[in-house]
Order: sequence, then C-alpha cells, then structure tokens
Amino acid sequence: MSNIPGELKYLSSHEWARLESDGETVTIGITDHAQDLLGDVVFVELPEVDAEIAAGDEAGVVESVKAASDVFSPVSGIVIAVNEDLEDAPELVNSDPYDDGWFFKVKASDLDELGSLLDAEAYAEVCQDEDH
Amino acid sequence: MGHKTCLYEAHQEAGAKIVDFGGWDMPLHYGSQIEEHHCVRQRAGMFDVSHMTIVDVTGAQAREYLRYLLANDVDKLKSVGKALYSGMLNETGGVLDDLIVYRMPKDYRAVVNCATREKDLAWMRQQAESFDVEITERPEMAMIAVQGPEALSRIRQAVPEHSALIDELKVFQGLEAEDWMFCRTGYTGEDGLEVMVPAAKAPAFWKSLLEAGVEPCGLGARDTLRLEAGMNLYGSDMDESVTPLQSNMAWTVSLTDDRDFIGKQALLDQKQAGVPDKLVGLVLEARGVLRGHQKVVVDGLGEGEITSGTFSPTLGYSVALARVPAQTGAQCQVEMRKKLVPVNVVKPPFVRHGKKVYE
Repeated sequence: MSNIPGELKYLSSHEWARLESDGETVTIGITDHAQDLLGDVVFVELPEVDAEIAAGDEAGVVESVKAASDVFSPVSGIVIAVNEDLEDAPELVNSDPYDDGWFFKVKASDLDELGSLLDAEAYAEVCQDEDH
Repeated sequence: MGHKTCLYEAHQEAGAKIVDFGGWDMPLHYGSQIEEHHCVRQRAGMFDVSHMTIVDVTGAQAREYLRYLLANDVDKLKSVGKALYSGMLNETGGVLDDLIVYRMPKDYRAVVNCATREKDLAWMRQQAESFDVEITERPEMAMIAVQGPEALSRIRQAVPEHSALIDELKVFQGLEAEDWMFCRTGYTGEDGLEVMVPAAKAPAFWKSLLEAGVEPCGLGARDTLRLEAGMNLYGSDMDESVTPLQSNMAWTVSLTDDRDFIGKQALLDQKQAGVPDKLVGLVLEARGVLRGHQKVVVDGLGEGEITSGTFSPTLGYSVALARVPAQTGAQCQVEMRKKLVPVNVVKPPFVRHGKKVYE
C-alpha cells in the first residue's frame, strides 16, 4: 500500500497539495501512488515562476521510463517557486515524493479551493479502486 | 494468473514488481529500472528469461529443413556451438518471428519469442511435414541471461565447475555441459552469457549468482538495454506486416545463393520494386521521451512511425527505432504531445559496451 499522508489534500489525478504555515503558500507534487505507477521519473516540466494558474489547469508534465503524464494544479494562484532540483535529479520524485520531490509552490488566491479537494481517506479509495 | 517460471518465488523474495508479459508473470523491476540498467552497463545483472521458448530441431534433414525455414542460412554455422540470428518469414516475406539458432553436436537448437510460441511451433511443425525432422520443445529448461562487463567472471565464481568451458566460449557461441548450455549471446549490447539450465537446478544457480554479486534485473531494464543496443523487439519493431528489408535486418537475409527459403521470392520482388521504408534510429537530445506509435514527419517524403522509444539511461536522453520512408535523410520531426519536435536520424546501435557508438 502506498504512503498517503493524512495532513495533505489530493486530486484524483494523483497530485497532492500542502498548505504551508504562512497560511497562503500551497506546495504541490505528485503522490507516492503516482510515482509507483509511473516508474523511474526521467524528466519533469514545471510551470514558469510568476505564471498565473487556475485550479484544474495543466501546470506541468512528468515523464517516466514508462509514460508521460500531465500534472494539474489543485489550486488557483500565482506560481512563486518551482523545484529546480528536479532538473538534474528527477529521481527525487520517486525517492521522496512528498518532500524533496515537490513540484511547485503557488500563492493561493482562494483557500476555499483546498476544502473541495480529497482528503487522505477519500484519495486512498481512489487508489484502491484503480488497483482493482 | 499467468504462467510462472521456476524463479517466481526468487523474484518475489527480491521485491519484484510483477507484470503480465505474453501470459507469463514476470518481473518488471526490483525497485529501479534505471539502476538495473546501469548495473548491466557497468557491472553484471541477470534476467530470468525462462519464458522464452527453446526448441530442438533434430533428424536426418534438420539442416535442409532450417535452410528452407529461415531467411538466414544455417550453413554459415561452420563449427559446433556457433549461433545465428535469423528471421522466420511467411510466404509474403513478413516476419513471423526472429530467433537464434545454435548448431549442436548433431542437430540444432532454436530460441524463439514467448509471445509467438504457439504460432511459431504450429508453423515449424507444418513446414516440417515434408522433411525428416522432429520439432521438440524443451519446457523443462529454464534460462537465465547474465549480462555486463563483469558477467563472465561472476558466472565463473558462481559455477566454478564450469569455468573451463566458459573460458573457451567465443562470442556468439553456445556449448553444452552435461544438462546445461552456456551461450555467449544476449540482448543488451554487453558481453555475457545466456545459460540454459534444467528448471530444477535454476533456483540454486540464481542464488549462487546473487552471492557472486550479480544483481537481478527486470523486463524494464531489458527493454532499455536492447533498445540502446539497437536490437529489434518482435511485435513492436517488426511483425508479419513488414519484411526484414524494412526492419534493419537485411544483414540477416542471404539472397545471393541458390538456396530457396520461405519468403525469398517476395523479398526479391520487393527489392526489385524498391523497398518503401526502412527502420532507423532517432535521437532526441532535448527534453522529452520518444515513445512507440508517435508519428514521424519527414519533409517532402511523408510520414513514418516510432516502433519503440525510450529514455536512454546511458546517454541521458531519448532514443527510438522508427520506420520511415526509404529516402529519409539525417533529420525528421516527431509529433510529441501535439507539437512537432526535430530529431536526428542515425544508424543503430546507440550504445555498445557501455559507450555511445552512433555518429
């Protein structure tokens, strides 16, 4: 069973979102389940810093040895940082999907959007349904 | 559930991710496909290839039969143990399968693909009706491929009783020792052996290889290794709809002698009419991964298709095999995620013995 931290929010397309302690920055990445499905990640395409994105937008692409997959933003706002380490070390997405393998950070324009995302329990059900 | 090889439990113990492959439950990887790939390029890795089909061709007319059955000529096998790569064609020149055939002390042994097993055996038996030959499958044999620059020394360490024979083996040669057969062949572009061993003895052999420092590798790494080595995968890079001439396999067809073989006339006709397309290598040094079935656009000549593509762990960028119009030059474009991306056309292989080799 894959690791699904209880404090994060999720999209059924396997992105996670974490509200940071400043109360407005949301960090986004892909889940342990997603990295396991993809296999070794070899390229990550990230949004531009300062770009404005809306919840549900395609914000990047993750390519593994097996497949290319779009990455969607769970929230709306301005991109304030991207994980440049992934350029040289895309394997961080496999080894540490919830921490060093983060994708980008958004200054969220509407924190209510977080409330409409899946919680860990609901996301675990999504993964389970996919496995069967 | 699919068929399981005699090493299935060993794979599970090693934490393999198991997938279905041609009806067999086989390891895709044991953690990281890329690390397994590097292990074979730099040290030694092993693959369970027991799902592949070993077929003995025996009888008074085995030679005549194989000269008719195969596009390549077994008469090139001048000494015992020598191996030959060949396509097996239908009457229209389409590739039914690709295989390796070894000259044995008295007869021949072939290794064919697992996904085509039933089709191959039916075809071989049908063609055998007019020859004095017997076709015998050897399902009681397992096969382990040990590949990489350190493969031979580590196998000698694992089975010291066979090291004299292993020392003797030349490249592309296979020799028997009791009920084992050691073949200096492979599907990775590295030195190494493919070892046929009775299934009952295979788990112990696997274990002694592990103890000798050989790391288990899955089908994922096997695919990236063979693609870097420019080796075709049956069902992806060629099948019954194309001939060897369209599949970078012209070197495996001997058309100039007076030997008749199945598909020969079709190949001669195609050669005369002009072979419409060719299988080439593509290289994308920019970001992105070339993948099977992506469309290839060649200016002024038309379109082609990637037959298999991947990220090359050795090179750090993507390579592919593609079927493109015969006149294609050094450049073309690939449609990736709705965009046309320029790529270089090269002659495979991409990597041999751990190093980049294409121009």
